[in-house]
Amino acid sequence: MDATTMSAAVAMPRARIFGAYVEEARCEVLRYLRNPGFLLPIVLFPAVFYLMFGIALNHGNGEAARYMLASYSTFGVMAPGLFGFGVSLALERDSGLLTLKRALPMPPGAYLLGKMLMAMCVAATVGALLLAMSVFLAHAGLGPTQMLALLATDVLGVLPFCALGLLVGTLLKGQGAPGLLNMVYLPMAFLSGLWFPLQVMPKFLQQLAPLWPSYHLNALALSAVGLSDASRLPHVLVLAGFTLGFLLLAARRLRRNG
Amino acid sequence: MAMDRIGASGAIRGGGVVLARLSGVHKRYGKVQALRGVDLELRGGELLALLGPNGAGKTTAIALLLGLLRADSGTVELFGADPQDIAARRSIGVMLQDASLPPTLKVGELLRLAASYYPAPRGVVESAELAGVADLLQRPYAKLSGGQQRRVQFALALCGRPRLLFLDEPTVGMDLQARQKLWSAIRALVADGCAVVLTTHYLEEAEALASRVCVMAHGRIISEGSVDALRARVALKRVRCSSRLDVASVAAWPEVVEARMDGDRLWMSTAHAEALLRRLLAADDQLDALEVQAAGLAEAFTELTDAADSAAASQREAA
Repeated sequence: MDATTMSAAVAMPRARIFGAYVEEARCEVLRYLRNPGFLLPIVLFPAVFYLMFGIALNHGNGEAARYMLASYSTFGVMAPGLFGFGVSLALERDSGLLTLKRALPMPPGAYLLGKMLMAMCVAATVGALLLAMSVFLAHAGLGPTQMLALLATDVLGVLPFCALGLLVGTLLKGQGAPGLLNMVYLPMAFLSGLWFPLQVMPKFLQQLAPLWPSYHLNALALSAVGLSDASRLPHVLVLAGFTLGFLLLAARRLRRNG
Repeated sequence: MAMDRIGASGAIRGGGVVLARLSGVHKRYGKVQALRGVDLELRGGELLALLGPNGAGKTTAIALLLGLLRADSGTVELFGADPQDIAARRSIGVMLQDASLPPTLKVGELLRLAASYYPAPRGVVESAELAGVADLLQRPYAKLSGGQQRRVQFALALCGRPRLLFLDEPTVGMDLQARQKLWSAIRALVADGCAVVLTTHYLEEAEALASRVCVMAHGRIISEGSVDALRARVALKRVRCSSRLDVASVAAWPEVVEARMDGDRLWMSTAHAEALLRRLLAADDQLDALEVQAAGLAEAFTELTDAADSAAASQREAA
């Protein structure tokens, strides 16, 4: 070698790294606020379902209204996780944006955290809208602690679906993702008893239900609105396990294939 | 700083420190061997142009240096570290060939975001001015023309005060004027001590900017040197003139490699320009509008890659 090698590990102050996380999250939120075509269906779909089945077709039965509030909340929270993560990741892998960000010194955590925060905000909006409808239209008779518990379940419950969306987003690029995600989303919602109670379904499907993360989230939502006394811990642990498992698989695929 | 300036002018080859290095790098995608033993050094203050036909391995070489891929064998260093180490990448700027940025974000927001990744970035306005997009800061990215979008991507590449800038086909889709503006911005950065690696399809771009040229073909580096050195590898000269002489008889002269009519001019290529000129002038005393030119980078490039093609073909036959 005729020349010395320059080594330069450039130190980055903690405050600036934190700043990168904030900027990334800010831009992610701005992007989606300016793209209502993506957000509105995710927010309105569960609200319209709840309005039709939980309110218009349900005549003054408080318990049924609460039951449907819980299951449509679960249904509504799945979408921002699955689609917010899965579709945007698949599109960004396709458009070269993710490649550019991986080449730039972007903290990888900032990218994931930005999208996660966005999904949590949307989940909170979906949950709050359903809650408002249950209070003003359905008169479901929820106490303030129950409302807070359901909202917290919504906001945290989006995380396993973010992880699943991330995994699906690593499996295919571009426009194919929404189709595949719907094939995951709608059957999973049905099989977890979000549209029809599991009790009216065939025994075989009832036994299968614990395989789906949405089943466990729904159990937590039912418990939040006071319709279940069973322990929450097993469901929380299963959801945490799903989240971790999906994340690890997705991270492995991203590292290998970009 | 003084060293950088000397390096930038190309006066002292190899005088710049090594910023990044590929040594003995092999990379394979499935059955395609993209790189077969590439050694490449990027030095401070230089502008290296990486040339080669499609599939030569340029993009793979860049992707390895950016940490987007891992080499199958050999070592890849960026500032003495693994490019997948984020600290090493804090000294680089990147402009990739086909990255579409978030369409609804404004130019100023994109610049703020990119700058937030670096320890001591340029200000948003300064970056925008250097890239000639200061008047576009409030515009959403999707509303810009193709050339404007490329300039914004260039602004993102330089916003972190990089010491090494990767530009992958930076002027594709730009008109001549925009291209020359970008060239002068690149020259200003190099004069400021920033090293640049440029891949391009446009040979005149390499000719206009590069202090060193690296030609790749079939996953190998087949030539490396200054633009002049590369040109000199092709000994042929072009001779054009207006003459009464007949093409067929000129083509039969021993000094002439090839002769044809170019419009109403006689066009010849030769390895012995002086001898050909003496003979031409003797044969036609009315000869007019005489021009002699060295072969350009384009000819050198074609000859080099043709040679590499036939070498690769004969290797395949032997195998």
